[in-house]
Amino acid sequence: MLNKDYIRVLYIDLTNEEYRFEERKDLFKYIGGTGVAAKLLEENIKPELDPFDPSQPIIFANGPLSFVMPVCTKVVATFYSPHTREYGESHAGGRLAMAMRFNNIDAIVITGKAKYPKYLVIDDKVLFKDARAMWGLSVEDTGKILRQHTTGSGIRSSLRIGRAGENLVTYAGVNVDTYRHFGRLGLGAVFGSKLLKGIVIIGDESIKIPKENLKKYREVYDSIYDVVTKTDVMEKYHAVGTSINVLPLNEMNSLPSLNLKTTRYEHAEGISGEKFAREVLVRKVACSGCQIGCIHIGQFRRQFDEGYEYETVNVSYDHELVFALGSFVGLKNPEEVLQLIDVVEREGLDAISTGVALGWATEAYNRGIITIDDTLMPLEFGVLPNYMAAVHYIATGKNEFYKDLGKGVAYASKKYGGQDFACHLGGNEMPGYHTGYGSVVGFSVGSRHSHLDNAGYSIDQARPKEEEIVKKIFNEELERNILTSLVACLFARKVYNRETILKALEAVGIQYTNSELTEIAKEILRTKYRIKEKLGYSLDSIKIPKRFFETITLNGKLDQEKAHKMVKEYKAMIEDLMKQ
Amino acid sequence: MPKVLRVVDRRRCIGCLSCRQACARLRGDYSPSNAALDVKTAGGLSGEFVITICVACEEPACMEACKFGALTKRNGGGVVFHKEKCTKCGACAKACSISAIRMDNEGYPIICTHCGYCTRYCPHRCIATKEV
Repeated sequence: MLNKDYIRVLYIDLTNEEYRFEERKDLFKYIGGTGVAAKLLEENIKPELDPFDPSQPIIFANGPLSFVMPVCTKVVATFYSPHTREYGESHAGGRLAMAMRFNNIDAIVITGKAKYPKYLVIDDKVLFKDARAMWGLSVEDTGKILRQHTTGSGIRSSLRIGRAGENLVTYAGVNVDTYRHFGRLGLGAVFGSKLLKGIVIIGDESIKIPKENLKKYREVYDSIYDVVTKTDVMEKYHAVGTSINVLPLNEMNSLPSLNLKTTRYEHAEGISGEKFAREVLVRKVACSGCQIGCIHIGQFRRQFDEGYEYETVNVSYDHELVFALGSFVGLKNPEEVLQLIDVVEREGLDAISTGVALGWATEAYNRGIITIDDTLMPLEFGVLPNYMAAVHYIATGKNEFYKDLGKGVAYASKKYGGQDFACHLGGNEMPGYHTGYGSVVGFSVGSRHSHLDNAGYSIDQARPKEEEIVKKIFNEELERNILTSLVACLFARKVYNRETILKALEAVGIQYTNSELTEIAKEILRTKYRIKEKLGYSLDSIKIPKRFFETITLNGKLDQEKAHKMVKEYKAMIEDLMKQ
Repeated sequence: MPKVLRVVDRRRCIGCLSCRQACARLRGDYSPSNAALDVKTAGGLSGEFVITICVACEEPACMEACKFGALTKRNGGGVVFHKEKCTKCGACAKACSISAIRMDNEGYPIICTHCGYCTRYCPHRCIATKEV
C-alpha cells in the first residue's frame, strides 16, 4: 500500500468490543480495493452459516491511489449478500477513502454482534458508542447526531443505516456522507444484523511524500489532473450528469419503464436530465479528491401546513434513481421523482431495488396476483403518495407482504407468483438499461450482478457482432478489477488506461508491470468465483425472467435461448480461468 | 506587486479538497490536514462549504501574539514564518480570530505564504490571488 509493503488491516470484534491491527504483507500483491476486499472475504466468510450470523464479516478496503491521485475516491465493501445469498460487493464514494487513508487504515474487517445498538468512532482508537437512542431514526437524523458528536469536520466520513437496515430488508444500503451509498446487495441489512447503526472515521494523520517521489508525483498528478479538468473525457458526468442518459436511452428503446413493459416511456421528456437541470438542480458537490463534482443535488419545496408553511428538501439524483424511481414506476416530473428518492434515502434503501420492487408489486396488483389485503392500498403506476407509503412499509416490514417484498422481487415473485415479470437478473433487481444481450447477459453473469461489473449496456451501444459480446463482457469484467482495486471511480475509466495506471502507481513508489496487472485481475476474479462456489452459487442457476425477452431493446427483441447460451459461454470462460 | 490569496466565491465550491491537497503536496505531504487552508461544511454535506484561509491582515494578531519573533510582517499583508524561532506554543493560532492557523503533526503552525499554488487546482475558481 502507499509508502509501505503491506496492507494495514483493522479487525473489529463487535461482540467483545475489541480491535487490533495486522500488517498483512501477503495481501500487498492484491493492490487494494476489490482485490484485498475479496481476499479478506474469502478468509473470513462462514459459508455454512446464514448471511446474518454474527460471525459473518463486513470488509472495507481502499487502494494505493485513494485520494492521492485525482478521482480515486471509492471504497469497496465485500460481504455475504443477504439479498442474492452469494458474493456481495458494493462501492461508495464520499469521504470514506480519504478518511481511511489518513487514519492509516487500508482495510477493515468487522465481525460479531453488538449487545445493543452501537456506533463506531474510529480515530486514534476505536470507540464502541451507545446508539440505542438512534435506533429507529432516519438516515438523515442519524447523520446529524453523528456529526454533532464527533470531531474532524471536513476530513471525516460518516456511515449510517436507516430503518430498512435495522429491519433486515435485504436491499437496505449504507449511506456514506449523505449523498453516496453502499447501495446494492444489502450491506445495510448486514449492519442491522450486527446492531451496528453507523461508523465515523476521522482521517487527520500526515503521510509524507517520500522525497525521491516528490517530483515525479507532482508531474503525474498534474498530467492526470489536466486530463480530468481540461479535456471533455469526464464532462458528461459534471454537466447534466448521468441523467443525460434518459432521453438517448429512451430514443433507442432501452429505458426500462413501467416494470419493463416498455423501453420507450411516454413521459421521458418530463424526467430527462435536462429537465432536472433546468428545474430542480441547485448545486453539485464532489467526493474528496475528485474535481468533477458529479453529485447532482435537486431541491424541492413541500407545503406541510396552511399559512405558507414550507419545508425545503435537498436530494441527490442520478440516472439510476431517475429510472428506478421515475420511469419504472411511471412518475412524470422531477419533483415527484425527488420526493420518492427522499423517502428511499431516509429509510436507507437501495434505490434501484426499491423502484424495481415497486414496479413488480404494481403489476402484480393490477393482475390480481396480490390484493389490497397485501398492499394495504391500491398501487398504480404514476401515483406517488401510495408509493411513498409503500417505501415506509417495506422499510418497517408493515405486514407479511411488505416483509416479503423487502427480500426482493425474486423472493416475492417465487412466493406470490409473477416470476415472468419480476425484473431481476441473478437475484438482483435490474439497473436502468435494456440495451440488448450485453446488458441482460452482462448483468446476469456479472460477479455482483451490477451494471458496473462489465458495462454490458455500453458494449451493446457500440453495436458489436453478437458472437463477440460474451468475450467483451468477460474482458471488461477482468479489467475493472484493476480499476476497482486502485480504487478509481469508474467514471474515470477512460482516464485510467493501463499506461496511466502504471505511471500513477510508479509515481507513488509502487512498481507493477502490465502483465503482472493482468495476472492480478485474473486472480481477483478467481477469488470471487471461489467464494461463489463455496456459497453454492453456479452460473447454471441463472434463469432470465421472460419479461426481458418480451420488451424490445436497442438490438431488437432478444431470444431467450440465445441469451442462456451466452451465459453458458461465459461459464466456460470462467471455468477456463479457474484452471489457469 | 505582492499578491495575496483571496476567496472569490465560496458558493461555487464543490468540496473536492484539491486545494488542500495541493498545499499539502507543496509541503511534501499527501494529507489535506497538512494544508494552510481549510474547506469544510457547515451542517454536513447538505450545508454550505466554508473556506478558511489566511486573509493577510495588515495588523496581524498572530504576529502580535508571538513572543519569540517567529512571525514577521509580510510585504502585502500576512506574516512570514521563521521556523527556527518557533517554540510550538500555539499562541499564534489562538490569536487568529478567524481560526486560519492550524498546527501540523509536529506541532508547528502552518502559515500561508500566499504563493497561490492552491489556486491552480481549484476547478471552479473559488480562490485566486490578487495583487495588492
